[in-house]
Amino acid sequence: MDLPRSIRFFLEDTGDLARFTGHYFGLGFSRPFETGELLKQCYNIGYKSFGLVALTSFIIGLVLTMQLHPTLVEYGVASQLPVMVGLAIIREIGPVIAALIFAGKIASSIGAELGSMKVTEQIDAMEVSGTNPFKYLVATRVLAATLMLPILIVMADAIALLGAYIGVNIQGTTSLTLFFSQVFHSLEFSDVVPAFIKTFFFGFAVGIVGSYKGYKAAKGTTGVGNAANSAVVLASVLIFIIDLLAVQITNLLGFN
Amino acid sequence: METKKETITTIPEKQETAIVIEHLYKQFGTNKVLDDFNLTVYKEENVVVLGKSGSGKSVLIKCIIGLLQPDKGNIIISGKSINGLSHNELDKMRSKIGFLFQGNAIYDSMTVRENLEFPLRRRWIKMSQEQINAMVIEALENVNLAHTVDMMPAELSGGMLKRIALARTMILKPDIILYDEPTSGLDPVTAREIDKLILDLQKKYHTTSIIISHDMNCVKKTADRVVLLLDGKCYAQGTYNEFEIADDPNIKQFFE
Ligand SMILES: Nc1ncnc2c1ncn2[C@@H]1O[C@H](COP(=O)(O)OP(=O)(O)OP(=O)(O)O)[C@@H](O)[C@H]1O
Ligand SMILES: [Mg+2]
Repeated sequence: MDLPRSIRFFLEDTGDLARFTGHYFGLGFSRPFETGELLKQCYNIGYKSFGLVALTSFIIGLVLTMQLHPTLVEYGVASQLPVMVGLAIIREIGPVIAALIFAGKIASSIGAELGSMKVTEQIDAMEVSGTNPFKYLVATRVLAATLMLPILIVMADAIALLGAYIGVNIQGTTSLTLFFSQVFHSLEFSDVVPAFIKTFFFGFAVGIVGSYKGYKAAKGTTGVGNAANSAVVLASVLIFIIDLLAVQITNLLGFN
Repeated sequence: METKKETITTIPEKQETAIVIEHLYKQFGTNKVLDDFNLTVYKEENVVVLGKSGSGKSVLIKCIIGLLQPDKGNIIISGKSINGLSHNELDKMRSKIGFLFQGNAIYDSMTVRENLEFPLRRRWIKMSQEQINAMVIEALENVNLAHTVDMMPAELSGGMLKRIALARTMILKPDIILYDEPTSGLDPVTAREIDKLILDLQKKYHTTSIIISHDMNCVKKTADRVVLLLDGKCYAQGTYNEFEIADDPNIKQFFE
């Protein structure tokens, strides 16, 4: 059967990515661990993304509040603003915005870095120097992204709430303690835990897609550029798909 | 063409073999790169492989180190076939082989020092920092680049990178070294120093080498035996002098 080229390409790519992921689970956790490189990548991937994620989260918190305020006033429920904003940030907007920013920064940098290492044979050079490049380069980056994004998102949520508090205060005056007690009062286990769990999957998706695209980069500068570019696109789309699945699963489990 | 028989006149007396390549086949798609290639390299011998661009020289030595898998044929290194070796066994064998990549494959995210330390740290776990430092400096002094030890690769010229790559290849004093164009891109003075270095290593550490080169001065100085790779086969072999006076047009064109 002849499938159109684009569909065949998509299916092949998906299959390759699945195989690559399988390879990660087969090899990523075998000894010896590349602890030094893992810590270095946690620093590169986590710490260095903090500023960007913090800035965008702050702005989103602030803007969301300012946008919602007039409508809530119109319906006479302005006092519910902290609750609404808090729920929106913790459950959806905080994690997704932070993950998308993270994908833009990290998936592209992993894709470009591994891509250029691939085309300049640095990965082959590691291979002949007694190093498993998959473990040294891929496993460490994927694990670092999986572990760092949840931490970033917890901090991003807090900063977004701070932005929301400032947004509330532009309109009227609420004390910081009152604002946060209103927010946390309305939050339940089922709001926080599923939202937190999905962030690990976001981080994993960013790490694995960046590595995969870098690893199969074609020769030449366009190859590296394409690797970085398609890594960001695919990682971002996957974040939305994971988000959608996460909602379905939490609903199925009755956490709503 | 009967050249093959005419030119094989002086196979060295030395009996012990370092690398035996038997009936090697490798093709990419429909592109037959190696097509029944045979070659025996004896211990402490320098064999230069000549061949036009794209004739499969790099593919040949990548098969020897196991970066590429031949389709058919056998490669025996120090009496041991590399077919079907486990990953650990292959790694062990590779620790005795140095490989100079045609494009240098210097790790561009690491300093020169870290580049040279990489194979050391990966191979020998038990070494003090002083020993490592001493080996790094010695290797860099061999290529007259001791002053670059704390520089990043981006700060170095192409010829300097080639010499750093040579230093990294030689740092473990391997039994066998595979050089992919060791003098390309170097000025004649430095190129002659590299020739000398190759010969010094051969004498001092009894290294066996396969050298890919188009630089006839380098070939003349370093080759104990010259091999011409043509149409995927070992078309002719002999000493440099035999090649120089050969009538075969396929050989002659390299000396014009
Ligand atoms: N990974 C690969 N995939 C597909 N084809 C390849 C691959 N590596 C090499 N080839 C092809 O094999 C042939 C030989 O390539 P190789 O790099 O060995 O040439 P070479 O003799 O080293 O040339 P040069 O002197 O230019 O370095 C070329 O036609 C090349 O296109
Ligand atoms: Mg080549």
